[in-house]
Amino acid sequence: MARTTLRRRAPASLARLLRRERPGDDGPAVPPAPVTNGRRRRDALAVRILVPALTAVLLSVLLMSTSIGTIAVSPADSLRIVVGHLVPGMPWMSDGSLSTLQDNAIWQFRLPRALLAATTGAALALAGALMQAVVHNSLAEPYILGVSAGAGVGAVSFIVLGIGVGSLGIGASAFAGALLATAAVYLLARKNGRIAPQRLILAGVALGSLFSAVTSYLTIATDAQNVFSIMFFLLGSVSAATMGHLALPVTALAAVGLYTALRARALNALLIGDDAAASLGVNVNRTRSGVLVAAALLTGSVVAVSGGIGFVGLIIPHIARILVGSDHRKMLPVALLGGAAFLASCDLLARTLAAPSEIPLGVLTAMVGAPFFLWLLRRDRAESVGMGR
Amino acid sequence: MRVDIVNLTAHRGGRTVLTDVNVRVPSGTVLGLLGPNGSGKSTLLRVASGLSAPSAGRVDLDGTDLRTLKRGELARRVAVMAQEHSEEFEISVLDMVLLGRIPHGRGYGRDSDRDIAVAQHALRRAGAASLAERSFSALSGGERQRVLFARALAQDTPVLILDEPTNHLDIAHQIELLDLIRSTDRTVLIALHDLNLAARFCDAVGVLADGRLLSLGAPQEVLHTGLIRSVFGVESTAVAHPRSGDQHFIFDSRSTVPTDAPPPVHQFVPPQEETPAP
Repeated sequence: MARTTLRRRAPASLARLLRRERPGDDGPAVPPAPVTNGRRRRDALAVRILVPALTAVLLSVLLMSTSIGTIAVSPADSLRIVVGHLVPGMPWMSDGSLSTLQDNAIWQFRLPRALLAATTGAALALAGALMQAVVHNSLAEPYILGVSAGAGVGAVSFIVLGIGVGSLGIGASAFAGALLATAAVYLLARKNGRIAPQRLILAGVALGSLFSAVTSYLTIATDAQNVFSIMFFLLGSVSAATMGHLALPVTALAAVGLYTALRARALNALLIGDDAAASLGVNVNRTRSGVLVAAALLTGSVVAVSGGIGFVGLIIPHIARILVGSDHRKMLPVALLGGAAFLASCDLLARTLAAPSEIPLGVLTAMVGAPFFLWLLRRDRAESVGMGR
Repeated sequence: MRVDIVNLTAHRGGRTVLTDVNVRVPSGTVLGLLGPNGSGKSTLLRVASGLSAPSAGRVDLDGTDLRTLKRGELARRVAVMAQEHSEEFEISVLDMVLLGRIPHGRGYGRDSDRDIAVAQHALRRAGAASLAERSFSALSGGERQRVLFARALAQDTPVLILDEPTNHLDIAHQIELLDLIRSTDRTVLIALHDLNLAARFCDAVGVLADGRLLSLGAPQEVLHTGLIRSVFGVESTAVAHPRSGDQHFIFDSRSTVPTDAPPPVHQFVPPQEETPAP
């Protein structure tokens, strides 16, 4: 049935293709109805299962994050508090069944923190996947343009030189440092209007080292009392999150997510090389520059609030590729949700495992993520996406 | 679609690699480009496919300078099969062929049933249907060539530009591929190394040496032992195929005679006295 449908609907160009059948070929004159092959079917199935599954995991982790802590709130109560803030006129918000303390704990502290962790995870995973695609290098990560090193210099100068107080001040200087570093690497890698991936990576590494040296020097040279806040920023943390902190990263994530969704096919073409992509009608230079700038801005907006959280941006895209293949239309949504669920879980662990003290988030992401990734890396599925070479 | 290469001069890395090349490829014909390594074949094909800009002259598709076309429009007219390929990330064969459908689609959209049908049909025609599920990087050289050719077919363009598509192919697949190229009604520009295959499958051949087009015309008129000696520096003997009577070349040895000396007399076919056009 599908075959006749196809024949009837076959547009002119397909009909032309069919007539070009080589003489003496006994094969079917009409291509049979598309039989998606096993690999594609498996990848498509994986996406159909993974996207809802990861969404469910993410939502339950967020809910758990809001209810776990020193002030006891049941998951049902925390859900009621969240809904009560979002939807006006809910009876339980005014009947005295929930204390102000509970309300504050959830709406002022736990929820913004969990949301920031999820946003940061999603943003870093997306930025990492984009960087890897546009520079043709599986070792690329969001910080490749010197973004985190630049943010580090910005934040540390702020802490050391003590221009002001407050986390927003650190955030602003970190963001400025990240943008400055990105701009410098971008301009250094650009020659004759073309961004050479190899030059970009090397310029990023070199400039990153320079910035790290500056950060190290400032850390050593400053008063001992500053060292703790410096280390805390450099290792990454979402502990100081407020709803206000969410605005920049969420906006950036939404904008860059939309921007890349429209370029997923062009990114696929870039995977097979610049010339091949160009002959498929992709404006290689503009796509590369645009995606690089978008990914760097996204990373900068996240680093400014959460500090340099390693590992997520490098590894989550690879895990997504192992699970669903390198097609960006399948891989980007999985990486995005996976990054969000992973970092939200890590942050929940970071503040509960050693309570009342806290484990730096960057330490935990590596300690939880690395063994899992190494296990996945040894499986056959990883071989089939080219990690056995 | 007719392809006109007009007064084309091109530089690469500060070196002149093509000088004043003029070729007209009528719609639906196959032009073979011959010449030693470094003679400018690949550059000519790159310029003709819009990947490199010429320093002078132009390439017209049905009379339209290809530089005036948008990228997408060009990709719906000209498909390229080249040697270069990046392998940092894995891609399945079917996905590789489906990339050829990019110029026909937009945005995030999933591959339509028709895209998949066209891709699978192209794979079948290229003799690579059984490879559809494999990883591209796990293929042999010849299998890759067939898959890349399938991608060019799936792009469904009136012009095909093929840079040494028969590399790595066994003799059966070389003949199969060239038969396939002949049987399409597309305009084909193809760089080849095998002079006998070129003579058999191309409507016209152009011989390049040092970036200049030395000779252009029907294979029987262009190819002769004198030209092979002066261009490739190889002594050859032209023989008639015992059954078809077609002219074939047997390659004997590297020329010891300076290439500007008059061609020696051969036993089977007297040397044609025409000298290649400068």
